Amino acid sequence: MSTMDDYRNNVEIQWCPGCPNFGILQAFKKAMVELNKAPHEVCMVSGIGQAAKLPHYLNCNFFNGLHGRTLPVAMGIHVANPKLTTIVVTGDGDCYGEGGNHFIHALRRNPDITLVVHNNEIYALTKGQASPTTPRGERRTLQIKGVKLAPLNPLAIAILHGCGFVARGFAGDIEHLKGLLVEAISYQGFSYVDVIQPCITWGIHPVSWYRERIYKIGDDYDPGNREGALEKSMEWGQKMPIGVIYKTPPGELFAGRFRKSVTDRPLPELEPPDREKMLELLSEFRAAEESS
Amino acid sequence: MEDINVVIAGAAGEGVQTVGDILAHTVSAQGYAVFTWQEYESRIRGGQNSYSIRIGEKPQNAPLLPADVLLALNEGAVNKYEPLLKEEGTLIAQKQLRKRMIAIPFADIAQGELKDTIYANTIAIGALIGVLGVDLDTLKRVLVKKFKGKGNKVVESNLSAAEEGYRRATKECKDMCPWKLPRQGGQYYLISGNEAIPLAAAFAGCRFIAAYPMTPSTGIITYLASEEERLGVFAEQAEDEIAAVNMALGASYAGARAMTATSGGGFALMVEGVSLAGMTETPLVIVLAQRPGPATGLPTRTAQGDLLFAINAGHGEFPKLVLAPSNPHNAFHETVKAFNLADRYQVPVIVLTDHFLADSQFSVSDFDLDTVTPSFHLTGLEKISDYKRYQLTEHGISPRLYPGQSEHLVGVDSDEHDERGHITEDLGSTVKAMVGKRLAKFDGLKGEISPPEETFVNDVDTVLVGWGSSRGALLEGLYLLKQEGKKAGMIHFTEIWPLPEYQFPEGKTYITVESNAAGQLARLLRSEYAVSFQGTINRYDGLPLTGEYIRSRFNEYYG
Repeated sequence: MSTMDDYRNNVEIQWCPGCPNFGILQAFKKAMVELNKAPHEVCMVSGIGQAAKLPHYLNCNFFNGLHGRTLPVAMGIHVANPKLTTIVVTGDGDCYGEGGNHFIHALRRNPDITLVVHNNEIYALTKGQASPTTPRGERRTLQIKGVKLAPLNPLAIAILHGCGFVARGFAGDIEHLKGLLVEAISYQGFSYVDVIQPCITWGIHPVSWYRERIYKIGDDYDPGNREGALEKSMEWGQKMPIGVIYKTPPGELFAGRFRKSVTDRPLPELEPPDREKMLELLSEFRAAEESS
Repeated sequence: MEDINVVIAGAAGEGVQTVGDILAHTVSAQGYAVFTWQEYESRIRGGQNSYSIRIGEKPQNAPLLPADVLLALNEGAVNKYEPLLKEEGTLIAQKQLRKRMIAIPFADIAQGELKDTIYANTIAIGALIGVLGVDLDTLKRVLVKKFKGKGNKVVESNLSAAEEGYRRATKECKDMCPWKLPRQGGQYYLISGNEAIPLAAAFAGCRFIAAYPMTPSTGIITYLASEEERLGVFAEQAEDEIAAVNMALGASYAGARAMTATSGGGFALMVEGVSLAGMTETPLVIVLAQRPGPATGLPTRTAQGDLLFAINAGHGEFPKLVLAPSNPHNAFHETVKAFNLADRYQVPVIVLTDHFLADSQFSVSDFDLDTVTPSFHLTGLEKISDYKRYQLTEHGISPRLYPGQSEHLVGVDSDEHDERGHITEDLGSTVKAMVGKRLAKFDGLKGEISPPEETFVNDVDTVLVGWGSSRGALLEGLYLLKQEGKKAGMIHFTEIWPLPEYQFPEGKTYITVESNAAGQLARLLRSEYAVSFQGTINRYDGLPLTGEYIRSRFNEYYG
């Protein structure tokens, strides 16, 4: 049985004291214990930003790569070793800004990995500029007269482009978020959780402002209804829903055909083709011979 | 025999490539060494393109421009390519355009006798075979092999078309067909760089390729994707080159040998990934198939203009390797070496080719598989108790495990990091140690690099210095100069970064030969070896260097 201690390491945490990111870290540890995953079975992939530091504070395998490039790296890892539980931890700038193209195409591919986005509507590590999800009109350190661009609705994008598991969590509700993470990681397909993570240093609203507006989606909601889910994904502002917004049986998996027709083993375990096989392949580049 | 050069010209979509491929395979099956290269415009229909086939008793893997035989599939092709035809050469076209030529109305015959113009090209191939004096039976074998999947009717019609073309051409030949190519015993692989490289990658144990289509690199992922099941290589078309390089890095981190392939513009997008490979010490093989730039440049033409870009690619300081193969045989060996060294030193390796090497078909006698072996360098678990991905070692190479292999955790980071891969700002000791560790690998890599190839260098005063795919043209250039009584030698680099330990012989005149305008090789060698050059023979019109081009430029400037 894995325990919370298995996921603890002694790396100094660089987040601001009191940052809701600590809540997300705690929810991750609890989810891993509930899923009974050992640290070496888990691989976390991150990019750049405050969210991207999370894998350093959770004792597991990790690839902390470049800004925006998490999903391609994670898909490469997943193809090479499908036995790993591969989780991307990223932020709104990393995933929806710098990595927007990868986000769209990861949805289309449906890899069996989990994407968790710390969404604080701000670039925190570069000191408070607007992000793709900053509401129109809100001021940021670079957008001193208010943001003019319309905010992105990443949940709607995900629902529209074939993602079978779309959820929203809140960093201030660890138990609820843990439940979403467990469900997302258990889902056999691309699962995506956007987490409301207020920035207590650069953000313009305190955590309490979010708490007053957030509500849990009730049992009477049907997450299998795509139109209803799209409508729910557009609820924002005075009322912010958290919970599973869209869930449908997964479609064909990324690399699924390769696993069925070639191999389902981790790729590093395979032997390269021998000389005989190479000579056979090369012989196809010889011209038609008398016998053929 | 003198080598024969056959040029097939026509508009895109008219079947230039099909006719060329079938002729090349037929002559190869007849036992001759064949070298083919194509020049075409960046369009799918129209324009005028050519496919050149050089035929000889022994492999002469370099392009010839003057044509002995020109098959023009339309009248515009005659106008554009007739200047290439030698005075005593033979023109084959559909209409009688001049007195001395072979006119066969392929399309009309196909429509009339075979009830389908689709067979016009096979009639043309039959005619070529007749003109060249190749056995019709050899062509028939090639046609059967090519069309047997399409049913008996198609095979029979193609055989009839070939016979008709052959019959008409031999009747019309008179004094215009002096060639005779009876069956001989040569057996060659007829293969391009873009075919040899993916085969070598698979042989080296590559299991993953992600790439974005870009001429002239696309053939590599296309071949691997089409052979996915036989080779066991996962192939993915990425949404862009940035995704491609990062996918490959993810797969490599997870223990699979991985690669990507692109051309200059795509490589520009990948450069941050090259730096990431350097920092995370993740093995990676990138094929950079050059075409003329800057920007979009000439998409379907050739160049050696990205030498300094490849060597300098990536922000920050880290070791990398650049290998520039000279032909498909060498590309096979260099590609296996690329995977071996990427793995051993945990560095990015660039295999630098170009459109000429990528798409030209060379005759290769033997791939010498006995002299090339994939070697693997993941660390054995038995050696490890407390695992640190970036453990400091004397040579800078840390033990590499992959995630999920054991209970040891594998952490890698694009930030400067400590031995366990965690972010560090410990400037005094950890940062210095990590920088030093990465750069220490450069010394080891230098020892892996082969010296340049020397030809006639000791016996001559003037030496032509080249690199990569122009080797065949250089050797032919030396031969042509020798025929004129001029002595020149060659120094040729295929492993170009880090440059090998090497001493340029004193007291000689050196001239670089390169497919770029700025003389990049000269600049590189001057700075590394303090050697001076009298000048550069360069070509930057998008066409490949040829022996004749080198000979005439040499005579013009240095003779």
